[in-house]
Amino acid sequence: MEFKKPTSLLDVPTHYCPGCGHGIVQRLVGEVIDELGIREKTIGTAPVGCAVLLYDYFDCDIIECSHGRSPAVATGIKRVLPDRVVFTYQGDGDLAAIGTAETIHVANRGENITIIFVNNAIYGMTGGQMAPTTITGQRTTTTQEGRGQNQEGPPLKVCELLASLDGVTYLERVAVSTPKDIMRAKKAVKKAFQNQIDEKGFSLVEVLSMCPTDWKVSSTAAVDFVNNEMKEVFPLGVFKDEK
Amino acid sequence: MTKEMKLVIAGFGGQGVVVAGNILARACMAEGKNITGMVSYGAEMRGGTANSTIVISDTWIASPIVEKPDVAIVLNQPSLDKFEERMAPKGLIVINTSMTEREVERADLEVIKVNATEIAHQLGNVRVANIVALGAFLGHTHILEMSSMIGAIEALFSQKKPGLIEINDKALRAGAEVMVNA
Amino acid sequence: MSATTAPGHTETGKKLLLKGNELMVRAAIEAGCRFFAGYPITPQNEVPEYMSQLMPKVGGTFVQAESEIAAINMIFGASAAGARCMTSSSSPGISLKQEGISYIASAELPCVIANVQRGGPGLGNIRASQADYFQAVKGGGHGDYRLIVLAPASLDELQDLTMNAFDYADYYRNPVMILADGLLGQMAEPVDARPYEPILELPEKDFVLDGCKGREARVIKTLFLRPPKALVTHNMRLQKKYETIASELQLCENVQTDDAELVIAAYGMTARIAKGAVDMARQAGMKVGLIRPITLWPFPGPAFMEVAGTAKKLLVVEMSSGQFIEDVKLATECNIPVEFLGMGGGWYPTPENIFEKISAIYDK
Repeated sequence: MEFKKPTSLLDVPTHYCPGCGHGIVQRLVGEVIDELGIREKTIGTAPVGCAVLLYDYFDCDIIECSHGRSPAVATGIKRVLPDRVVFTYQGDGDLAAIGTAETIHVANRGENITIIFVNNAIYGMTGGQMAPTTITGQRTTTTQEGRGQNQEGPPLKVCELLASLDGVTYLERVAVSTPKDIMRAKKAVKKAFQNQIDEKGFSLVEVLSMCPTDWKVSSTAAVDFVNNEMKEVFPLGVFKDEK
Repeated sequence: MTKEMKLVIAGFGGQGVVVAGNILARACMAEGKNITGMVSYGAEMRGGTANSTIVISDTWIASPIVEKPDVAIVLNQPSLDKFEERMAPKGLIVINTSMTEREVERADLEVIKVNATEIAHQLGNVRVANIVALGAFLGHTHILEMSSMIGAIEALFSQKKPGLIEINDKALRAGAEVMVNA
Repeated sequence: MSATTAPGHTETGKKLLLKGNELMVRAAIEAGCRFFAGYPITPQNEVPEYMSQLMPKVGGTFVQAESEIAAINMIFGASAAGARCMTSSSSPGISLKQEGISYIASAELPCVIANVQRGGPGLGNIRASQADYFQAVKGGGHGDYRLIVLAPASLDELQDLTMNAFDYADYYRNPVMILADGLLGQMAEPVDARPYEPILELPEKDFVLDGCKGREARVIKTLFLRPPKALVTHNMRLQKKYETIASELQLCENVQTDDAELVIAAYGMTARIAKGAVDMARQAGMKVGLIRPITLWPFPGPAFMEVAGTAKKLLVVEMSSGQFIEDVKLATECNIPVEFLGMGGGWYPTPENIFEKISAIYDK
């Protein structure tokens, strides 16, 4: 088997740290765009956070948005160009903290877009502060004794939250911490794009991902953290799948 | 009319002050007069009185603001309380005696009394009290031709509520009659 | 005052009686605006309301956004996708939009933003105000950027400038703000509905993100990390564009300034009211004129300097506590005395107020 970059991704090295999950997730998105043959009709949004440089890696039209506002920007694009494919790629701070209102309302309006939500339980780009999805007890630079000591509340569960909204078509939580998980993740990403092509409405895939640098652990320990800790708090599975 | 006339129509929400202002403004437009109009908005509309203010002039109008009305058409008691004291000296006040409980207190004001709601009720629709009061004002001042007013009424209602044209025409004439007979 | 009988966009040629807010919607749609996102706030509510009625009739999109922030970001997206687009709000809502405006300015995307100003600071009140002058012309959001700021003084001019705003936005690839106020938005006066005709030769939109079929993929971004001087280069280019705009787009009205000893400086509705005071003063034998910037940015500095060369004194009138006056003093380099009449918080000048002030300072 030949290992090639998807056409939808540029052949350049990324800035992601060793062991980071973003590279895997972006590859999955690139493969799906290739397989669906939609590169030339796709517009993606880049978030604020580690994935901000996404526009240097994808070979399709990309707009970089302000922190948390990708769903609103995507709404503007999709409503003007309803026959194009529009996806957002957002991290946990972007989607579940500063952009919570945009997330809930884009979902509730049932905008026919695809959201790829990378949950690594930390603010990566800014250096390891608490994310809305940081798990209880997890140490970060702003929860040095572990989340839960200073009334931070428990981690926010995005799929569970959005599942209650009637406007939502498809929600699934996956991971990229094992080969099996990655295969499952690709299926979910593909379904989320296919739904949009089929005009089925709003789809979001939450991807549990590794951040060894800001978790301050080795790459293998980061994989273990996703498998043993994060999956406990954020169970994998389909949360909504409207036909 | 030699100068600007600043006019306010005030009443409860639902007494049709906006519609009355609209008809008056359109009749003025039909006669080539300059007008500006404003209606109370936002929190001003909650509780008590709503109002429509119109400036009518033969020349260019600098400001749409009516701080001291020359003319007030007041359809209820709170509007009388609010606008009597604010009126310009020697202004003209038209009061709907069916809905006001006291006389006008200022001696300098010219007062026209019309039992507009009662007349509207007799005509078969209390909601045209606003137009009865407008009719009384025009019957007294003659600043506009009746035909301009009737044209404005027809233009306003012809598309969506043609059934209301006749009763509004009647209300306008009935108000004007009151003044002829007074 | 005519919400119940609001006409459609097909009334070109007719005499319209609409509120300023409604007229602005009509003019925008006439000019080809096909995407609007906004949020309710008094005194601009007629804008989203009327947009929601008219947009579907022309195949356009109206979105009642979940927030002012979402609304401006929907505009960011719609503009990137190539639509003529617009949002509107009133002062507190415009404050919320500032982050998005900064991004749009940096990304050089065309759009129109209307601010139907109300009293501030804070929640303020819902009366008209001009206290967002600094915010509109000096920045508002972060970074070195400029908005083209238009200040209509009548409904007729509101119709023209709303249409022109879309052309300026497309021509310069820059956000344009219509700086109105609660008086202009809420008042009605007869206006001849006119058809839209472009006033500029508009460039092709070669930035649009509509999928990279048959071309290289495009990126719209505002982050410039590498090389280290990338942001400097970007900013220098922006500044060059602003210099071009400043040299090409200064609009100003002079009223009887030729022989005037005292010239009133005012913009928007205040200027209209001040014109009434000029008439009163002239009747009283005083040589009074009016200078009214129509573009607040770029500020028509040379026109002010010219007036400062002939008049003895200026009187600035504004519905705020002294913001516009700073630009007047800068533009005239304080060559002649500048008197002031203004207040924040929903204070409306009357022609009589202004005449009184004129009388008090004319001979002093």
